[in-house]
Amino acid sequence: MGELWEGLAQAVRLLITFDSDLVEITLRSLAVTCTAVVIASAIALPLGAILAMRRFKYRRLTIAILNALMGLPPVVVGLIVYVIFSRSGPLGVLGLLFTPTVMVIAQVIIIVPLIASITQQALRELWSDYRDLLISLNTTIPQRLGTLLWDGRRALLTASLAGFGRAIGEVGAIMIVGGNIDNHTRVLTTAIALETGKGEFAMALGLGFILIALAIAVNIAIHTLSHTEQEGRW
Amino acid sequence: MKHLLVGAIALIAMAGAASAEQMKMAVTTSFHNSGLAEVLLPEIQKDLDLEVQLLVVGTGQALKLGRAGDVDAILVHSRSSEEAFVAEGFAPHRREIMYNDFVLIGPEADPAGIAQAERATDALRQISDANAPFVSRGDDSGTHKKEMSLWMAAEVAPSGDWYREVGAGMGASLNTAAGMGAYILSDRASWLNFANKADEVLLFAGDPVLFNQYAYLPVNQDKHPHVQAALAAKLEEWLTSDRAKELINGYRLADQQLFTFNAK
Repeated sequence: MGELWEGLAQAVRLLITFDSDLVEITLRSLAVTCTAVVIASAIALPLGAILAMRRFKYRRLTIAILNALMGLPPVVVGLIVYVIFSRSGPLGVLGLLFTPTVMVIAQVIIIVPLIASITQQALRELWSDYRDLLISLNTTIPQRLGTLLWDGRRALLTASLAGFGRAIGEVGAIMIVGGNIDNHTRVLTTAIALETGKGEFAMALGLGFILIALAIAVNIAIHTLSHTEQEGRW
Repeated sequence: MKHLLVGAIALIAMAGAASAEQMKMAVTTSFHNSGLAEVLLPEIQKDLDLEVQLLVVGTGQALKLGRAGDVDAILVHSRSSEEAFVAEGFAPHRREIMYNDFVLIGPEADPAGIAQAERATDALRQISDANAPFVSRGDDSGTHKKEMSLWMAAEVAPSGDWYREVGAGMGASLNTAAGMGAYILSDRASWLNFANKADEVLLFAGDPVLFNQYAYLPVNQDKHPHVQAALAAKLEEWLTSDRAKELINGYRLADQQLFTFNAK
């Protein structure tokens, strides 16, 4: 219990002194995860919408696989991405291993199934309401897709934020592909793992509290900027 | 949101384009946890204008990264694996840099009485006879390999409820040992720098078999043409210089010298 308080005190100390290492790894955490969420959303939102709209032969199987992949163990994703981008692997020539770029790639793979799955579930209802209207208006498929995504934007925001939550707290994959290199690929979660390994529990907990605060701050910021979850606007 | 994103992308781009030359080196957790890396790296940056990016992993994984050509050099401590690495042609040579020693850590009460043991092998035999909990790294690291060779020398096959392989780095294993009041083999540097000691104390040290040699192996450019052999050679020259000698021998923690420079 005493360690928890020490951790809190450490978090406050880091914030007040505006520790330069802390600012750097926090910004890197945000940079990697925000980039991953934007890319993953660009892939997963249309994918989820198409799965909600279209009827095709292996639709049920596709959705089942997508749902199962939501629980994809990050460490497995990390290992697969590592093997692919290793110098001895098929994409080794790119020299991307142990860079922030490959950390983004790993996170995209981890959160695409999650975002697509939530999108599909959220838009299914909406599509059953809109289906007859959109078809009778003789809209093209891209138009229908656009309408669904726009009118379902609140739910889709939740999908993307769920992806953000999973990515920002993830350590297994980015530890393997990023390597936790100081000043280069170290982010909040890998720094926490490192401090725990050194037995510096107060520092590790302090970083942990900062990570939690950061996740909350991002969620509040997004809701404020997009005017959702406000009084009088259900 | 847009500003945030632009800033984020700029940061990622920046990370890839620092001014100094960069190379990647895989090092063992024990080297990094000792704190010596934080002393040497800034000096290397200053003297050579070379940014050495450290990948902190076990010796087994470090050698694996070298084999795959994902790092330019490795600094590890497991002689037989290093010699195999050189024999397979993955490194042109192996250069000894410095040494420290392994120590046996255990609960202050010392139920197996290893503090009075004559030799390291006796100490291990006593732990096994007493069925006292022992935490093993179990991760194919240099420390784990040393531990296995010691059990072999003690003619004990470690198994049973008291023998707990955790498959983790030095720090995480020390945390586990502290949590369960178990015995554990650690390198001296990691132990001294470890913050969560709980009831654990250093019980046994000094047997010559506990000697722990660190060696530097540049990755062979013939195997992996992209490795930065010139930078690796520059770093090797620095690590074996008088400047490094002074810094390594001068690094002290809790009034103890941690590493002894012995490069030739």
